[in-house]
Amino acid sequence: MQSESILKVKDLKTSFFDEGNEIKAVDGVTFDVPQGKTLGIVGESGSGKSISALSILQLIDEPGKIIGGEVIFKGKNLLENSDKEMRKIRGNQISMIFQEPMTSLNPTQTVGQQIREAYKTHQGIGKKEGNKKAIEMLKTVGIPSPERRIDQYPFELSGGMRQRVMIAMALACKPELLIADEPTTALDVTIQAQIIELIKELQKDLGMSVIMITHDLGVIAETCDYVAVMYGGKVVEYRDVITLFKDPKHPYTVGLLNSLPRHDIEQEELIPIKGTVPSPDEMPAGCRFASRCPFATEHCFVNLPELIDIEENGQIRCWIYTDEWDGDQEVKVYEPERTS
Amino acid sequence: MSQKELLKVENLKQYFPIKGGVFGRTINNVKAVDNISFTVYEGETVSIVGESGCGKSTTGRSILRLDEPTEGNVQFDGVDLLSLNKRKLRQKRKDLQIIFQDPYASLNPRQTVSQMLNEAMEIQNVVPKNERRKRIAELMELVGLQPYQADRFPHEFSGGQRQRIGIARALSVDPKLIIADEAVSALDVSIQAQILNLMKRFQRELNLTYLFISHDLGVVRHISDRIIVMYLGKIVEIGDKKSIFENVQHPYTKALLSAIPVPDPEKKKERIILKGDVPSPINPPTGCRFHTRCPFATDKCRKEEPVLRNLDYMEENHQVACHYVKQIHDGEHKQVY
Ligand SMILES: Nc1ncnc2c1ncn2[C@@H]1O[C@H](COP(=O)(O)OP(=O)(O)OP(=O)(O)O)[C@@H](O)[C@H]1O
Ligand SMILES: Nc1ncnc2c1ncn2[C@@H]1O[C@H](COP(=O)(O)OP(=O)(O)OP(=O)(O)O)[C@@H](O)[C@H]1O
Ligand SMILES: [Mg+2]
Ligand SMILES: [Mg+2]
Repeated sequence: MQSESILKVKDLKTSFFDEGNEIKAVDGVTFDVPQGKTLGIVGESGSGKSISALSILQLIDEPGKIIGGEVIFKGKNLLENSDKEMRKIRGNQISMIFQEPMTSLNPTQTVGQQIREAYKTHQGIGKKEGNKKAIEMLKTVGIPSPERRIDQYPFELSGGMRQRVMIAMALACKPELLIADEPTTALDVTIQAQIIELIKELQKDLGMSVIMITHDLGVIAETCDYVAVMYGGKVVEYRDVITLFKDPKHPYTVGLLNSLPRHDIEQEELIPIKGTVPSPDEMPAGCRFASRCPFATEHCFVNLPELIDIEENGQIRCWIYTDEWDGDQEVKVYEPERTS
Repeated sequence: MSQKELLKVENLKQYFPIKGGVFGRTINNVKAVDNISFTVYEGETVSIVGESGCGKSTTGRSILRLDEPTEGNVQFDGVDLLSLNKRKLRQKRKDLQIIFQDPYASLNPRQTVSQMLNEAMEIQNVVPKNERRKRIAELMELVGLQPYQADRFPHEFSGGQRQRIGIARALSVDPKLIIADEAVSALDVSIQAQILNLMKRFQRELNLTYLFISHDLGVVRHISDRIIVMYLGKIVEIGDKKSIFENVQHPYTKALLSAIPVPDPEKKKERIILKGDVPSPINPPTGCRFHTRCPFATDKCRKEEPVLRNLDYMEENHQVACHYVKQIHDGEHKQVY
């Protein structure tokens, strides 16, 4: 894989333990974030995107537990760090933007207090200097009259502005890696466009690496260099963004792209993926996608395929692309039938 | 498409009073919907798009009188809905159904699907009692669920399945018009495609009419015949889907369309980034409500409110509310920022 990766996640496993049941939310996730690039994570709701991100920062609460794997940040496995060491890294070297800004901003503190706090914790910067820096940061993220905004509380701001305050906080200490979990999902497209431009600009200026979690393939196409497609707690495909859209290989990825309404042609019918994500107790033991896959054989239901290299910086977890696949069925993954 | 007017909305206003002071008097109003007019023809799909808070849901709710409109006129199938008394209105609701964004919140958690469908049919008295069981089984199959699943409670279904139940309930009373308020917005794309196909099929087979409310322009492009674009309680542009997407006129609609992320990494897009946020509908901007964010705004826009109009170079059904559409179209009026 890439020679220069700021983050390598290897076989990460996080489970929730509920009355003797184990829910494998993240079940062997592997991906790389190349230095200075943006990795997109896309996938069905419940596929483990957020839990993967939270596991990287070790923000998993009871009854959840990270039970295996490695999170190698700049050559060092974060999972071996103490709580104290992790606190130093969070918000400093690695920052996170959460999906719902209201739940992660403190409603009882002004915007200024919260940004100053970040400077104080990580850089020991005092109130006066912190204020100056906070105003600067708010200006950077495009908040008008930051001198006034700094004394306002989160509820006094619009959704778009709260999201920008979150970004300001996340970027305050110029992190090397930014994890953005659905940073624009709750926003209108016009505001989303502003935020995406902003993240891109800051990335260029700061040389930051980014993990962008989203269910919107449009956002993926516009912001990412590499993409990890997740299904059922696993990465099923990892490609560079251009290859992924041009030549998707995993039947789930193909299904996702097919489900989108096309903007170039009129379609009477869309091409959905059949069925729904099975509940944990109905999840196939083999390939997790087997129950919805148009190509699945009995072999797929029982045996779990490995994530294998198919090209430089490209991996796939699907029996079709292995020698075991007995080829008596023509696999038309690329141009699936379209009902007219 | 037939040209029978099924729904005609005229000068609809929905103001929500803001109470204040010691006496709880009305001190101001949220002008959620402010004087809008449009017609929906039988068998077509009209979408309402626009940013959060522009009044899409309020429009839908006022038509059904879930909120009593402040002013205006709503004709449905020749009947003046706003003049009906409660009982008559309830009967009429059989013909106008709504599917909500959050299927979970709109389903009674203590009722099985079967009980719920049964109740809907009973209230509207559309299916004789002894045939309801059979009808429920049919409805379940129609929306792609198993008849035996009708004995389950809403929490036993996934989000996509709950949305199907919402559709089944709407269909159970044999309506003419369905108002779908963000009916697929919360769903994964793979499931979203299933539901959209289902809705299109029903439209063909049952000659249904849809008023489709959504902020997802990709979906809107797929499902609509015509599109209404709202901004801060007003209609700023209305037209056939094709002419909206291929011959967009209003600076706001242009920005909205340009902001949609395109799922093609090799396509570089010209993007119009609007400045600022949507202003408050309590004291909306004077003149053209979009002037605070419009790259073309002049003094005139700050003072005079533009009306919806069709210009000779546009398609027949296409109307725009902007003082400068023609000049912008002809390249004679340049951006201010
Ligand atoms: N606190 C919890 N207790 C039990 N299970 C949990 C908990 N949090 C998450 N899970 C489960 O972990 C799985 C992965 O959840 P996660 O939030 O990572 O999904 P996601 O891919 O981010 O989905 P979405 O697109 O909906 O945000 C889900 O099946 C979820 O039900
Ligand atoms: N019952 C109410 N009382 C007071 N204000 C209301 C009420 N219902 C809606 N509003 C306000 O009216 C405006 C329009 O709201 P509406 O829900 O119609 O927007 P929308 O276009 O559906 O937005 P979204 O895309 O977020 O669903 C908003 O400013 C909203 O806060
Ligand atoms: Mg998530
Ligand atoms: Mg709404």
